[in-house]
Amino acid sequence: MQSQMPLYPEQASNFAPQVDNLVLFMLAVCVFFAMAICAAVIYFFFKYRRKHPHDIGVPIHGDLRLEVAWIVLPFFLMLAMFGWGAAIYVNYRRTPADTLDIYVIGKQWMWKLQQPDGRKEINELHVPVNRNVRLILASEDVIHDFSVPSFRVKMDVVPGHYNTMWFRPTKPGKYHFFCSQYCGTNHAVMGGWVTVMEPHDYAKWLSGTSASGDPVAAGEKLYTELACNTCHQPDGKGRGPSYNGVYGSKVKLADGSTVVADDAYIRESILQPNAKIVAGYVPVMPSFQGLVTEDQILALTAYIKSLRDRPPPAKSGAAAESATGNK
Amino acid sequence: MSSAPITPPGGEKMPREHYLNATYGIRSWLLTTDHKRIALLYLISVTFFFFIGGVFASLIRIHLLTPGGYLVTPETYNKLFTMHGVAMIFFFLIPSIPAVLGNFLIPIMIGAKDVAFPKLNLLSWYVYLTGGAFVLYSFATGGLDTGWTFYTPLSSIYSNSAVTPAVIGIFINGFSSILTGLNFIVTIHTMRAPGMTWMRLPLFVWSHYATSIIFVLGTPVIAITLLLAGLERMFHLGFFNPAYGGDPILFQHLFWFYSHPAVYIMILPAMGVISEIVPTFARKPIFGYDFIAASSIGIAVIGFIVWAHHMFLTGQSTYSAVAFSFLTFLVAIPSAVKVFNWTSTLYKGSISYDTPMLYGLGFIGLFTIGGLTGLFLACLGLDIHLHDTYFVIAHFHYIMVGGAIMGYLGGIHFWWPKITGRRYPEFLARVAAIVLFVGFNLTFFPQFVLGYLGSPRRYSSYPPEFQVLNVMSTAGASILGLGYLLPMIYLTWSMRYGKVAGQNPWPATGLEWTTDSPPLTENFHQTPVVDWEAYDFEHRPELGLSGAISKKPVPTHGDD
Repeated sequence: MQSQMPLYPEQASNFAPQVDNLVLFMLAVCVFFAMAICAAVIYFFFKYRRKHPHDIGVPIHGDLRLEVAWIVLPFFLMLAMFGWGAAIYVNYRRTPADTLDIYVIGKQWMWKLQQPDGRKEINELHVPVNRNVRLILASEDVIHDFSVPSFRVKMDVVPGHYNTMWFRPTKPGKYHFFCSQYCGTNHAVMGGWVTVMEPHDYAKWLSGTSASGDPVAAGEKLYTELACNTCHQPDGKGRGPSYNGVYGSKVKLADGSTVVADDAYIRESILQPNAKIVAGYVPVMPSFQGLVTEDQILALTAYIKSLRDRPPPAKSGAAAESATGNK
Repeated sequence: MSSAPITPPGGEKMPREHYLNATYGIRSWLLTTDHKRIALLYLISVTFFFFIGGVFASLIRIHLLTPGGYLVTPETYNKLFTMHGVAMIFFFLIPSIPAVLGNFLIPIMIGAKDVAFPKLNLLSWYVYLTGGAFVLYSFATGGLDTGWTFYTPLSSIYSNSAVTPAVIGIFINGFSSILTGLNFIVTIHTMRAPGMTWMRLPLFVWSHYATSIIFVLGTPVIAITLLLAGLERMFHLGFFNPAYGGDPILFQHLFWFYSHPAVYIMILPAMGVISEIVPTFARKPIFGYDFIAASSIGIAVIGFIVWAHHMFLTGQSTYSAVAFSFLTFLVAIPSAVKVFNWTSTLYKGSISYDTPMLYGLGFIGLFTIGGLTGLFLACLGLDIHLHDTYFVIAHFHYIMVGGAIMGYLGGIHFWWPKITGRRYPEFLARVAAIVLFVGFNLTFFPQFVLGYLGSPRRYSSYPPEFQVLNVMSTAGASILGLGYLLPMIYLTWSMRYGKVAGQNPWPATGLEWTTDSPPLTENFHQTPVVDWEAYDFEHRPELGLSGAISKKPVPTHGDD
């Protein structure tokens, strides 16, 4: 039910009722304090109105018990607000394991979104209802922000970083999404619609048109075009580590630390190869900064991801140690 | 010292010689080192920038009457809100109360002849003008469309507007803040009159002391940050742009390290004004003097460690977000302490309806709403939804306009008789105060709802379902605009035609009210000696109030 002027947007994700309940609690506390202060000010204003121009007030200098009371009581109320809010946020920042991953690229002034099967959309996002969805966000130029008010979620899209956000849509329908971080001239029109569909409708929608290029295939093509294959040979005998079984595993680095090979790690390894050197290898890889687009990095990542279940070459056991195989 | 009993109306005469007629001619103003004249120079210049920022605000509100945008292109709209922010924040709000009222009053309030470094004081005004000239040059030659926050890489690489002169202007302007802060700190430490102990200082002085600390410690950081952004723009040095190996998030850390404390630069002096007005017009000592003084310092200190609450959704680590959220909630406590103490001061007072008191009470209400809505944004779970929406706009306008500007206007009215020697028309002034209060709430309250509905900020067009609230807001803004024009007109009128005020028209207890209105260039005929506590009406028979008993020394605060 959408009235002419609603007081809150539709509740269409798992986070929406959580945020709205917390708002109601905070509103109750804050309205109580605001009303109490306003009532006191207005009451005193009339009750202690100056009766004679030469009157003075009763000299009262303070009261330590009152001071302590109005420091301690708000402190505990504040702790409750802080804790409740932090719980929602921590949950929001910790993505569950079984997500439908969608890549989102923001650029002045449009959104490019890509389904797991490679189907691309512009300023439109189709997702199935009641399924955890993770958006992996990258920017080609300035900072943007992907915001869906009906889901009560948003996240900045920062050039040079991968950010992720997740939500579980709970109600089929069409919902506005916005760019919410000011990004230049046409910031106000950099938005679109999220369409939440029943699972079978979503499947139908996915198969309805041909997927415009499988990202894994595109990535495999780039793998040879960019000559990655000359060093990163599948058998691990090249100058660089093999991709087999790398994605999602823990990688030992030359400095003795380990890192999980996730999307951000792969992106960094392409753009700044010397940032993290895999143990047992020499830093000879050139940077591909400026040579590959964000789209191409996504394709390469998809290709590397598709090799996650291939057994890593035995010889390079020092380089990649299969961990969970799943993040 | 001459006493100042309440005098029958019309019985006052202007003093024969005072700072306004001590010397004449344009040179005597442009080369003055008198803190009072410098304050007036600042008054004229900040009013000029307030007017410019106000014109931009009016155009913004007219544009937003229709969902598609009524008036200008998106590009122009972006320039309007950016220039509104830059003019209002850097050239009006930050200098307004400190450089005008603080400059005029702090030396008189502590019984000094001038600030510690009068020439630096004049220099700070010229530095301000130079910075202002660069920014006006930027406005006039292409404008500025980066948002007042100058987020990189938009500002350093992608914007096609006149970013470089604006950045240079704000960089230069920062030095005027530093000089003012330095001057206040040294003046307050070294130039207090005999008997003016720390715990007898008016709370206005305490809040300016806290503000000055932020000026001196925070301003260099924004200067460096904008300089780096400017270098990246001019010479493509990679600090913030990932294409050059920089990190855009670094800019935000540096920017907010200053710009969050800058919020307290804007609100602390206004709190100081309210702490003067409330006891004066309730005619009783302020409730919890020590707690109000300590809370100013508390706000200044905690205010330095909350900056990353502007960045909860940039991808910062969860641990860091949780820590900064907690610290942000913590800063609410000293703010709440002030509100509770002001309210309690009214209890059993003798309260008058004079204009400054109307502003004072309005401030308490609006600041309470502004402060409480700050809790919603400090709250991590809610900030996910509210960040970068109109809720944020409404929240900080309640603090900046409802708080800082209401405090500024209240202070201007309260000390107008001291500054000019004349009274403003009381009835008109009360009407203006009420018009401002109504117009303000009508403008900004709907924006809280707009924000919760998800309307993003900095949009030149918006979905049609948000129109009703936007029209309400624009209607409020036109009332608000009228409310600002009224004081500009009647205050100017009263400088020549207002009733002569006399030394202490309210009467009030501060040292500034024991000297002539307007004061001599040297402020006092002879060095004053303070033997009373702040806001003590009871032991001050010379004020001519009933119920006052004779002076007795009360060494409750004995560090003199």
